[in-house]
Amino acid sequence: MTDNAVLSTQPHEAVRQPGLGPRGLARWAWRQLTSMRVALLLLFMLAVAAVPGSVFPQRGANPGDVLSYLDQHRTLGPWLDRLSMFDVYSAPWFAAIYLLLFVSLVGCVLPRSRQHVRALRSRPPATPRNLSRFADHRSFVTDAEPGAVVAGAREALRARWWRVDVTAETVAAEKGYLRETGNLLFHVALLFLLVGIALGALFGTHGSVIVVEGGSFANTLPQYDSFGAGRLASTSGLPPFSFTLRDFRASYERGGAQDGAPRSFEADLLVRDAPGASPRLQTVEVNSPLEVGGTKVFLIGHGYAPRITVRDKAGNVISSTAVPFLPRDGKFTSMGAIKIPDGGPTQFGFRGVFLPTARMDKVEGGTSTFPAADSPGLLLSLWTGDLGLDTGKPQSVYSLDTSRMKAGPLRSMRVGDTWTLPDGLGSITFDGVSEFASFNIAHDPGKEPVFFAAMAALAGLMLSLFVRRRRLWLRATVDGEGRTLVEVAGLAKSESGGLGRELDDLLARLPARPSDPYPAEEPA
Amino acid sequence: MSQQTFAQLSNGLVYGAMGVLTIAMFAYAAELAFGTRSRVGRGVAALAARESKVLVAAGGAVAAGAANGPLTAVPVARHLDGAEAVRQAAPERQRRADQFGGVAFSLTRLGLLLMVLSMVGRGLAARRAPWGNMYEFSVASAMVVLAVFVAVTRRRPELRYLGTFVIVPVLLTLGAAITFLYVPAGPLVPALKSYWLVIHVAAAIVCGGVFSLGGVVTVMYLLQDRWERRGVTNRLSRRLPPSDQLDQSAYRLFAFVFPLWTFAIVAGAIWAENAWGRYWNWDPKETWAFITWVVFAGYLHARATAGWSGRKAAAIALLGLSCFVFNYFGVNIWFTGLHSYGGLPNK
Repeated sequence: MTDNAVLSTQPHEAVRQPGLGPRGLARWAWRQLTSMRVALLLLFMLAVAAVPGSVFPQRGANPGDVLSYLDQHRTLGPWLDRLSMFDVYSAPWFAAIYLLLFVSLVGCVLPRSRQHVRALRSRPPATPRNLSRFADHRSFVTDAEPGAVVAGAREALRARWWRVDVTAETVAAEKGYLRETGNLLFHVALLFLLVGIALGALFGTHGSVIVVEGGSFANTLPQYDSFGAGRLASTSGLPPFSFTLRDFRASYERGGAQDGAPRSFEADLLVRDAPGASPRLQTVEVNSPLEVGGTKVFLIGHGYAPRITVRDKAGNVISSTAVPFLPRDGKFTSMGAIKIPDGGPTQFGFRGVFLPTARMDKVEGGTSTFPAADSPGLLLSLWTGDLGLDTGKPQSVYSLDTSRMKAGPLRSMRVGDTWTLPDGLGSITFDGVSEFASFNIAHDPGKEPVFFAAMAALAGLMLSLFVRRRRLWLRATVDGEGRTLVEVAGLAKSESGGLGRELDDLLARLPARPSDPYPAEEPA
Repeated sequence: MSQQTFAQLSNGLVYGAMGVLTIAMFAYAAELAFGTRSRVGRGVAALAARESKVLVAAGGAVAAGAANGPLTAVPVARHLDGAEAVRQAAPERQRRADQFGGVAFSLTRLGLLLMVLSMVGRGLAARRAPWGNMYEFSVASAMVVLAVFVAVTRRRPELRYLGTFVIVPVLLTLGAAITFLYVPAGPLVPALKSYWLVIHVAAAIVCGGVFSLGGVVTVMYLLQDRWERRGVTNRLSRRLPPSDQLDQSAYRLFAFVFPLWTFAIVAGAIWAENAWGRYWNWDPKETWAFITWVVFAGYLHARATAGWSGRKAAAIALLGLSCFVFNYFGVNIWFTGLHSYGGLPNK
C-alpha cells in the first residue's frame, strides 16, 4: 500500500452506486473497505483510539491505579469504565478498528500479489519510439555496429541484475521488482505479527511474586501473588521449577547531585529446574533474567520487609515473620500492615511506615533520607477490632481495613525495640530488616513468531522504500552518415531520482564508447 | 583528565556550539536578506520575463507527454533561472550573500564538530554511551539534525537556504537542554544498564533528528507551495527550491527514517522483553511511539492516495512529528510509566 498510485490496483473512487440487495451491498462494502482512502481513515482511527490508553490508567498495567481513579471520580469513572477506557487495548472498539484495518490490508494485498506475480513473469515493455522525450535521456554517435552496442548493453545490464529483452536494434530493461515484493512482504508480515500477538494472548501466562530473602517460590498457581493466563493456556502444566532467594543486594549513589540514585540490583537465586534436580546458583539482575525452559523470571522491583515478632501477654510467640512493605518513593519510604487475626484477646493490627534511613522530626514526623537501610526506623499505629478478613472481600496485604477498628497509640521503633501493647494485647518486637525482591514470571509462546514477523516486516519495509523500480531503454540505429546513433532513456516507476547517474554508468560500460564526450541533450 | 574535567569540558563545548550556531544563524539570515533587497525591481522583471519563457517550454514538454515520467526538470529550470536572474540583477550583493552563506555553512560544520566533541566528553565523563537522560538525548538529537542537514546540503546545495530554519530549532533544543533538562554526568540506573540502551536509544535519537529536519523541510514546502499557488514571490521563495523538490526532499527524509523508527520500536520491544518480561506493555511511551508510527504509516499511504498527496500528506507528516515531540517532552513530563527515567530534576 506504500507504493505510488501507478501500481495501485485499487478501484477508482467513483464507485458505482450499489444495486439493491445484499450482494451488491456486500460488494460495495468490500470495495469501500479495501480502498486506500478507508485504509487511511482506519489508520487515523487506530492512532486516535490508542491515545486514551496513555491518559487513563489501564487495568493490564496498573490495576491499583484504576481502582483509585474510580474511587476519586465516582460519576465519571463508571462511564469511562463502560466505554472500556481502562482496558483500551482489549476494548471491542479498539479491536474493531485494527481488525477492519487488517481486513482492508488483506483486500489490498491479495489483488496486488496476483498482479505482482504477473509482473514478475512479464517481460520489460518494448522500447518506445521516441526516447528523447524522456526527462532522463542521453544520446551519442559512435562507429561501432548497432549489434555490438546492443550486445554490450545487454551484458552490462545483465551483470547488474536487470531483466533485459533485446531486438536487433533495441534493449528494454527493467529492475526493482523487489520493491513491490518488499511491500507485500511487509503487509503479510504484519498479519503474522498479529497472529503471534494472538498466540501470546491465548497461550501465554504471566504472574508476579514477592520473595523475601531466605524465602522460596515454586512455580505453581497458588504461589503467585498475581497471575494472568491466556484463555487456552494450561495452568496445571506450569514448568515445575523453584527457587530460593539467597540474597538481594542493592547499591545506591552516595553523595553528589544524584545522591540516592540506584546503581545496581542483584538477586542471588538458588534454582532447581525440577523437583529433585540439583540446585544451581544464579544471579538475576534487571536486564538479565533467569530462563528455565520457555519461562523467564525477571527482577522488576525490590523493597524492605521488617522482621516482626508479636508475643501474647504471657510471652508466647503469636507471629514472627518478615512483612513486606510497599515502597512509596525513591528514598524507599514504605507502607505496610501487620495483621494479627488470632492469638490475642481480640483481632488487632498495625499500620506501618518503614524508613530505611530514618530521620525523626518533631514537625515533619519520620522521613527517609536515603534508600539503603542505613538506620532503619519503623512507625507503627495500633488498631484493634475486626480486621475484616472474614468478609470474603479481597484485601491488600499492605493496608489495613480500619472501617471496623479503633485507633490505638502510635510508636516509633528502632531495630531491637520492643513495644508493650496496651489492654493486655502483648508486645511487638522489631527484630531487624530483610529485603524482598519482586519478580515477573512470564511465558509467551507468541514472542518468537512476533520477533520473526517484525524482522520480516522491517526487511519488507526497507525493500519497499529503498528499492527503486525503473525501466531503461536503448536504441542503436544507423544514421544518414553510416554511423551508429545510440539513444538511452530511463523511467523511474517510483519516487526517487538518481536515474541519470545510472544512465551515465551504463554508457561508461558500453564497449562502443563515444569518441567525444556525448552531448548532454536535455529536453526543452 | 578526570571525569569531572571531561564533564565541564563537555558543558563548555555545548555553550561554544550554541555561540557558533547563533552566529551561523545570523549569517544564514544575512544570506537570505542580501542579494534581493536592492534593485529588486530589475531582479523581479528579469525573473518574470524568464519565467514566462520557461512556462512556454514547460507547456511544450507536457504536450510532448513523457507518459508518467517525472517532469521535475521543468521546475528545476525555473528555479535555476530565478536564481540566475537575481544573480544578474545584483552581482555585488549576490557575491556577498554567497559569502555569508559560505561562512554560515562553515560555522554550522564547526558547531557540529563542537557538539560531537561535547558528546564524546560527556561519554568519557560518565563512562557510558552519552544518551542516558533527557539532557543527553536532546543534545544528541540536535547533533543529528545538524549532521543530517550538513550531509544533505553537501549533496543538494540549494537546501542551504533552509539554514536559518534548521539552526533555530537546534538552538532552542540546546537551550532547553542546558537550562531545564540538565543533569550532571553520572552512571545510569540499573534499568538502563544494557547494550540495548546504545541500540534502541541511538536509533530513537537519529529518528528524532531526521523527523525534525523533515518537519522543517515540510514547513518550507507548505510555505513555498502556498506562494507558488498564489503567484507570490519574495526574498525567501526565490531562494528556496521549488515546492515539489522540497516535497521530494521531505519525503526522502521520512522514507529513510520510517524503517529506522520501526527498528527503534522493535529494538525497544526486544529490550522490554528482556527487562520486564513483556515485549509490549502499552506504557505511555510505547503507546505514543506506536501512534507516531501509525501516523507516519498514514503519511506514506497518503502520498500514494489520489487527492491526498501534497499538502494533505505534508500536514499528516507534521502531525506525526508533533506526536514524536509530544512523546519526548509531554510523556516524560506529564505521564508516569515504565520509561520514567528522563532524569528531570522535578522527578
